[in-house]
This record gives sequence, C-alpha cells and structure tokens, in this order.
Amino acid sequence: MDIGKDTDDLKRIAKEIRLLIINMISAAGHGHAGGSLSCVDILTVLYFQKMRIDPANPIWDERDRFILSKGHAAPALYSTLAKRGYFPEDVLYSFGKLGSMLQGHPDMNLTPGVDMSTGSLGQGISVANGMAFAAKLDNKPYRVYVVLGDGELQEGQIWEAAMTSSHYKLDNLTAILDFNGLQIDGTNDEVKRIQPVSEKFSSFGWNVININGHDLFEIGKAIDEAKATIGKPTIILAKTIKGKGVSFMENQVEWHAGTIDDVQKRRAIMDINGE
Amino acid sequence: MAKSTREAYGDTLLELGRYNQNIVVLVGDLSKSTMTFGFRKAYPERFFEMGISEQDIMSTAAGLASCGKIPFASTYAIFATGRAYEQIRNSIGYPRLNVKIAATHAGITVGKDGATHQSIEDISLMRGIPGMVVISPSDAEETKQAILASAEYYGPVYIRLGRIAVPDIHQKNYKFQLGKGDIIRDGKDVTIISTGIMVSVAIEAADKLKEKGIEATVLNIHTIKPIDKDFIVEVSKRTGRVITVEEHSIIGGLGSSVCEVLAEEYPVKVKRIGIKDIFGQSGTPEELIRQYGLTSDEIIRNVESFYEGEL
Repeated sequence: MDIGKDTDDLKRIAKEIRLLIINMISAAGHGHAGGSLSCVDILTVLYFQKMRIDPANPIWDERDRFILSKGHAAPALYSTLAKRGYFPEDVLYSFGKLGSMLQGHPDMNLTPGVDMSTGSLGQGISVANGMAFAAKLDNKPYRVYVVLGDGELQEGQIWEAAMTSSHYKLDNLTAILDFNGLQIDGTNDEVKRIQPVSEKFSSFGWNVININGHDLFEIGKAIDEAKATIGKPTIILAKTIKGKGVSFMENQVEWHAGTIDDVQKRRAIMDINGE
Repeated sequence: MAKSTREAYGDTLLELGRYNQNIVVLVGDLSKSTMTFGFRKAYPERFFEMGISEQDIMSTAAGLASCGKIPFASTYAIFATGRAYEQIRNSIGYPRLNVKIAATHAGITVGKDGATHQSIEDISLMRGIPGMVVISPSDAEETKQAILASAEYYGPVYIRLGRIAVPDIHQKNYKFQLGKGDIIRDGKDVTIISTGIMVSVAIEAADKLKEKGIEATVLNIHTIKPIDKDFIVEVSKRTGRVITVEEHSIIGGLGSSVCEVLAEEYPVKVKRIGIKDIFGQSGTPEELIRQYGLTSDEIIRNVESFYEGEL
C-alpha cells in the first residue's frame, strides 16, 4: 500500500497534484482553488501512504473510507484520485462540464474512489459515524477518514455528530480539519468565531492533535497516533494556508473560488514548481 | 382489531430484524413513540439511539447504507422530513442510498401536542426529491407488507405512519404491490381516491353513499410516488367525478399528485379534501378530524356538490 515511502516521494506527488488542480480549474473556467490547495498535503498522505485502498477495486469491502466533508475541494480530491490511478488524468479536464463524471461537488455514483457524495456542508462527520458503525458491526478493520473545512464548524450538525462519535467511542474514525482560517466572507474570526476549536472537540470527548497541515511527516505521524488511540475518536487540527503553494493565492479570501486565467495559470505553475 | 400503523411498523421491524442481519434502526430519543423499542431490546447492537439530532440521524443512516446496511430511521414525521430535509435530499436522495425513513405521528391525529408536532407537509417535501419512494399505508396489514416491501426494494423510501389506532381494512391474503393502486370499492358514480388513515373514512363514506343510491369507487393509493397513473386515469374515467382524501395539506400531497396525473392524462373535475393551507392545533384526534373536515360526512357533502353542479 505504501507508495509514498518517504517524504521526498510524497512531496513530489503533492506538487504534481497541485499542478493538476491548477490545470483542471483553469480548463474548467471555475473551481475552488484556495481550499483545494490547502488540503493537498493531507490528501497526499492519506491516499499515498496511510489508507488501505485498492484503486483497481474502488468498491473493495474492506477499504478505508474517505469523506470530503468540504466537498467544494473536489478538484483536490479528483486530482489525488487521478494521480493514485482511480481514473486517467485526462478525465480531470472534463471537470464541471455537462455529462462529466467529475461534478462540481463529489458524486459517489459517478466517480470511482469517491465514497460519499458531499457538497452541502456539515454532514461529513455524521456520514463517517455511520460508516464507522458499519465497520464495528461487521467486525471489519477498515478506518474512516473525514476532511472538514473550518467554516463548516459553524454548522450545528457538526456538533450533533461530534457528540455521537464520542458517545459511541468511534476510535476507527479520524477527522482532519483543514484549518486555513478563511471562508467566503472573510476570516473565521470575522464571519463567526469558531475558536477555541481544540477545547471544543476535547470537551466533546475527542482526542485532539494539533499539527502543521503542510508538514507531510507530521500529518503521517498524527494519523498513526489517531490509529493507536483506543476508545475515542480523533480529530487532527491541521493548520494550513488557503491557496498553499501559489504565492498570489495564499491567504487571499478572493481565491476561495473563481476562474484562473492564462497569465495566472503560468504564474501558479511557476510558483508550484519553485521557479 | 384496530391497531396503529406505527405499532404494525414496530412489530414488522422486529420480524424483519430476525431474518435480515443488515437491518439497523436509528432513532432520535423516541424509541417508545416510534415503536422501535422491541427491535432495540431484541437487537441492541443494531439499534442506534442518536439522541435529539435528526440531521445527524439522516446523514449517519446514509453512511451505514453506503456500507451495505439497510437503515430504518425513525422519528416524528415533522422532524424527519422538516428538520432534516436537506440531509435527506443531499445525503440520501441524491446518492440514491438504501435508507428507509419510517416516520410516525404524521398528520393532525397526533392530537394534543398541537401544530408544531403535526406534519401536514411531509408528503409534499418527500415526493419532491428525485427518486424518493413515498408510501402511506392505510392499516396494520398494509403497513406490515409495505415495510417488508421497502426492505426488499433498493433505494430511498419514505414511509408515513400514524399515531392512532385505525380499523383493519386489509386481511392477511392482501397482496401489497409497491406503486400499484389498491381498489377497495367499485362504483360507477364517483371516485374517491384516498391514502393512509383516511382510506377507512373513504370506505365509510362509500357505504353511506350506497344507502343514498350513489355507487362510489374507492381507490387506496398507498404509494404516492411513483404514483399509479394508469389506474388513477382508469378509475376516474369510470365516473368522471373525483374526490381525493388525505390527512395532509391539500398542497403537495395526494390531491396534488392526482391532479397532476389527471390534468395531463384525463382532465376531469377533482375536489380535494385535506388540510386547507392552515396549521393544525391541539385537540383530541377525533375533534381534529371533525374540525378539519376529514370525515365521511365531508366526503358525502363534496360528492353531493358534484350533483348540485350538474342540475
């Protein structure tokens, strides 16, 4: 399973995924670049190092499950799945086009490797709980991973679900917060303060791990720690930078969603390549 | 023997759980009211008490279904379909997941809890979701067979259940067919199309009409979606006069569904009996049924008004 054996491998893969994201959003004429770029490193570690998956058999019963609760980061998920071999990279250029298997938000019935249709925020932990229940009922070893956006912590359902996860001691579930601090109307603090996130989840009975969400080694280590944590769910609070890797997109609210023109695309590619 | 449809649901769930290990049940602090406590006792490992969090219930059911389970999610109809509408729409309906939403306390016969707990829009909400099957059984036997059929069917199903005991209409030899209308009385003068606990009221009206020399057809539409278009057209052609009766708003429910079919296929005058775009209130079920005109006398008054118009 371990394709990304070392951090250098993973770094190269993450870079390639970032390039695919820029290319596909640019081709589509629309997409959520900022929040896609912020979660690339998390997805890279999950799909290339930690998750038990088989791209040749995307519906393998015992696979680890993944839910992109922040479904608008679909370009990141699609690019990761393509890079991992679930479907050809060419398909990425059909993103958002009529009849495409790559919808604006993930669709489990259309895209190989997508375990749950998402897009409406706040539902990911609940869905993950359901999958974690099923694993326990069937005595199956698979784990469930859910990537959350920070803005969606403003959804009440997140906290309903957080209570459920700890009440039922769902230690086969790991949530990862892509904590880039920005949402559509501004910073989390400007829109509606979500802090203290760590204390909130702790008080809800979760094991909380704080990491730098762009440090591939730290991400992997946190996922291992979550796996070793018995009797409670874990959330990894991954501090990230929205638009990570593209200088003019980093920490810019305006880059939540939109188009990337040719000049911007060239600059973005140069940035990602470190030129 | 009169039994409520929610009670029949609870009994059937217990039976279903015995031979189908994939059946799981989720409730929101209402295992007694939704009659799921029997299943809870028999199969505690497959019963999920989710607390008072309907949105969480629906998305969790979606997660369970995606891993091969057949979840029955139960709470009051108002909270299942109202509070968690968008979870049902996006996490269950859109991915076409195999979740059964078995909602109790539908309609005004909830009684004294009043308008906040009386769901009169649930059929409308659920049938608007692409691919959602909507079933509204009329008595205990039909509920039993509808629950079994729902478990056999792959895909999202909404089952509307009531709180109060209703007379038995169907016997053990009845064959419930998903999506097929069930003809109960055959008459040439007027067609009464009904659903849920109003079917027995429609039968009562047909019996009284017979004494007045009016022969009524009574059609039970237990599956509101997909609706049995052909049968509705056929029984409407027989009489040319159609009355719909439901314990639901006349907007968006059975009456609307029948009108949609007939307007396109066989335009004929339709009178809709139901809750007339107003909220319910507290009272006994019997008082509320009278107050909101869900009685056989109201059906008869509507039938007679057809003839007044024709004179």
